[in-house]
Amino acid sequence: MSIETATKSEKQGAKASLLSNVNFAQIYRKYGTVLIFIGICILASLLSPTFLTEANLTNVLRQVVVVSLLACGVTFIIILGHIDVSLGSVLALCGVIATSVMVMTGSVVLAVCAGTAVGVLTGLINGFVITFFRIPSFIMTLAMTTVARGAVLLYTGGSPITGLGDFKIIGQGSLGPVPISVLILVAFVILSWVLLNKTKFGRYVYAVGGNERASRASGINPDSIVVKAFILNGILCGVAGIVLMSRINSGQPAGGVGYEFDAITAVVVGGTSLMGGTGTITGTIIGAMIIGVINNILNLLNVSSYWQQIIKGLIIAIAVILDVWTKSARNKKKA
Amino acid sequence: MTSVGGAPATSFAAANDEYVLEMRGITKSFPGVRALDGMNLRVRPGSVHVLVGENGAGKSTLMKILSGIYAIDEGEIFFQAERLDHQNAAAALEHGISMIHQELSPVLDMTIAENIFLGREPTIGRKGVLASFVDFTQMNAETQKLFEALGLKYSADTKMRDLSIAAMQLVEIVKAISRAASLVIMDEPTSAISDTEVSMLFQQIADLKANGVAIIYITHKMDEIFQVADDITVMRDGQFIATGPSSSYTEAKLISQMVGRTISSIFPKEDVPIGDVVLSIENVSRTGVFEDVNLTVRAGEIVGLAGLIGAGRTEVARVIFGLDKCDAGTIRLNGTPIKIGSPTDAIRHGIAMVSEDRTAEGLVLCRPVGENISLANLKKFAAGLFISKRQEETAAKRMIKLLQIKTPSTEMIAENLSGGNQQKIVLAKWLPGDLKVLILDEPTRGIDVGSKSEIHKLMTEFARQGLAILMISSELPEVLGMSDRVMVMSEGRVAGELTRSEATQESVMRLATGGH
Repeated sequence: MSIETATKSEKQGAKASLLSNVNFAQIYRKYGTVLIFIGICILASLLSPTFLTEANLTNVLRQVVVVSLLACGVTFIIILGHIDVSLGSVLALCGVIATSVMVMTGSVVLAVCAGTAVGVLTGLINGFVITFFRIPSFIMTLAMTTVARGAVLLYTGGSPITGLGDFKIIGQGSLGPVPISVLILVAFVILSWVLLNKTKFGRYVYAVGGNERASRASGINPDSIVVKAFILNGILCGVAGIVLMSRINSGQPAGGVGYEFDAITAVVVGGTSLMGGTGTITGTIIGAMIIGVINNILNLLNVSSYWQQIIKGLIIAIAVILDVWTKSARNKKKA
Repeated sequence: MTSVGGAPATSFAAANDEYVLEMRGITKSFPGVRALDGMNLRVRPGSVHVLVGENGAGKSTLMKILSGIYAIDEGEIFFQAERLDHQNAAAALEHGISMIHQELSPVLDMTIAENIFLGREPTIGRKGVLASFVDFTQMNAETQKLFEALGLKYSADTKMRDLSIAAMQLVEIVKAISRAASLVIMDEPTSAISDTEVSMLFQQIADLKANGVAIIYITHKMDEIFQVADDITVMRDGQFIATGPSSSYTEAKLISQMVGRTISSIFPKEDVPIGDVVLSIENVSRTGVFEDVNLTVRAGEIVGLAGLIGAGRTEVARVIFGLDKCDAGTIRLNGTPIKIGSPTDAIRHGIAMVSEDRTAEGLVLCRPVGENISLANLKKFAAGLFISKRQEETAAKRMIKLLQIKTPSTEMIAENLSGGNQQKIVLAKWLPGDLKVLILDEPTRGIDVGSKSEIHKLMTEFARQGLAILMISSELPEVLGMSDRVMVMSEGRVAGELTRSEATQESVMRLATGGH
């Protein structure tokens, strides 16, 4: 009943904003992240002359690759209304197993396959336990965080794996001027975008995240969608782990700590709602770029890493506040 | 539509000691709907006043006004000889009225005592820090005292979670009584408790009456009405119909007052050829919910499933559609027994269901109209791996045109449409599929008259195309206008079957209330 008036006032609202063109909430929801990204880039170039150099921009891209890969995967999870806090540990496990296989076999292909397979396996376990036992994804992936980290420390005895030969090409090599890792990212961004926008699977991810009961009543099996999304997320963790370990040219069992935080921040800053049902891959990538540029400029300005942590924490809080606030502004307009 | 029975002539003084509660000309509108229209209610102290009316007559809106949830648009409320203005009404009512809700909302992980004293816990001291500490000893002792007085054998420190539904209902009753109110509202208090507990409740009601407490009692059960009532007020379509002492009423008189409206604004089903039995339900049961349900639906036929809320109609539909498990019985489609374990199975067999709660089970509100329309039929637009957006868009636009859904585009977020248009989207979801059976649960609930008659027209159209339609509706005019056959359910069983010519408001209501 109140919805009927909603359409009316919605129309009036739309008309009003067309005329006045100053409705902040609407503009933010539509273009917010792009505007913020451009603003931060302008600010960064003013603050540091090094920012716009080719060397630095390539560096930003290289640094942003790992978090962007994680963020693409976890976008599916967050649209589903779930969460994965085990990204960093799983990344380390996948990356270290890949480097270990590299040392054992000398084959880059086998190393990549092994790393990715570990990602598939952890994703499958996360997805299965969450859907089968009806456990909150936060708790399950929290458990996975310590299990994966423990496993990788156990496997390596805590010391890094070195002597990786050709493995470093993935993270350090370039094809012409473009880093190979950036090409890998582009490929997976396109894959994620296509999956989310062009396939039944993607549509079901939105539907299950938006209303699980209605999805079930439409003949969708929500559990299978959740498990598939966690497997996809695991694959992206695996690839991110391989890229990271290759870039630093060693299997670091303590690598990737806190990366889940950067990835989730990127997704939320990119406009994906933690309530589920809405969100985009393009938003996530812009979100990851925003985080990357902020990290970069803070480094260029020699801001202490302690301050960097505080600033990143504030960014995620502000992004969520803006999300909730612009949504409630829209709802208030309707009431 | 006139007042009946021994309503005493009152002097309309500002305050009247004869009544603990007097409501005059209460009007409450929601956008598009007038829920209450000049409703009157007078309750004498120390009496049980039974409020009756069909589903949707406005009883719960009236009770929500009394419990301070809604403010009134027009009218006057006198409570304990005091006129309440719109501002102070909520607070005043809160102190003098306690309500036993039909839907239980206990805090499951707290003890019985903690639930009973929730929000008014006794404290160790009255002032300062001491007033922040809960006195659990006193709380448990007082609860135990209440239980002993009522002859109940529960322990005050039992976790709510460990109680049966019936026991929770009893705790809710104890909670309401313990608040020492001068008016207690009981909204279908016996819906979940057994006969012995019902007699305990009636004993409590007698004690409350003896102490001068008034009770507003809402129920659909005929035998209960005449067992417990001192006075009866009948309401219909948000309006006051009649009031009088229980002795002036008979069952027949009560039913005729409840349903006695003229049928209008209904687009009756046209005659279409009726074919073979498509869906047949044989001795289907779901333990504790409904038992031994038999029904058939033929091609081109609309079968109305009538009954009061809680009679088990939706539950039967949920089993047919695979949302709930079936414990016993057979479901046949075109004569062949089928197994339905999930909605996916049902849809594969050509059975679709439009849920009574379109926001919870029908739509993904945060997604666009087009995506919602194609959700159940995406396979049709995705021959290979990818969805053909063009085909999807064309199909969605065809549905929008066919069903006259008012939306600026397929990209509009479903949440922004009116209830009637949302309901049409839910219908549109199923139409591109190869349907044999369509289950409609309250297909026109909460939507405007125009959309309503459009949906009724569509239903005839679907039947003409050979669909077997099972329609659940709590609106009698809709049941009578649209059904070729009416099955009436009461308390989890099929109480009777009526042909189109046999079905009248009275005959349906008699079966639904367990009357004879």
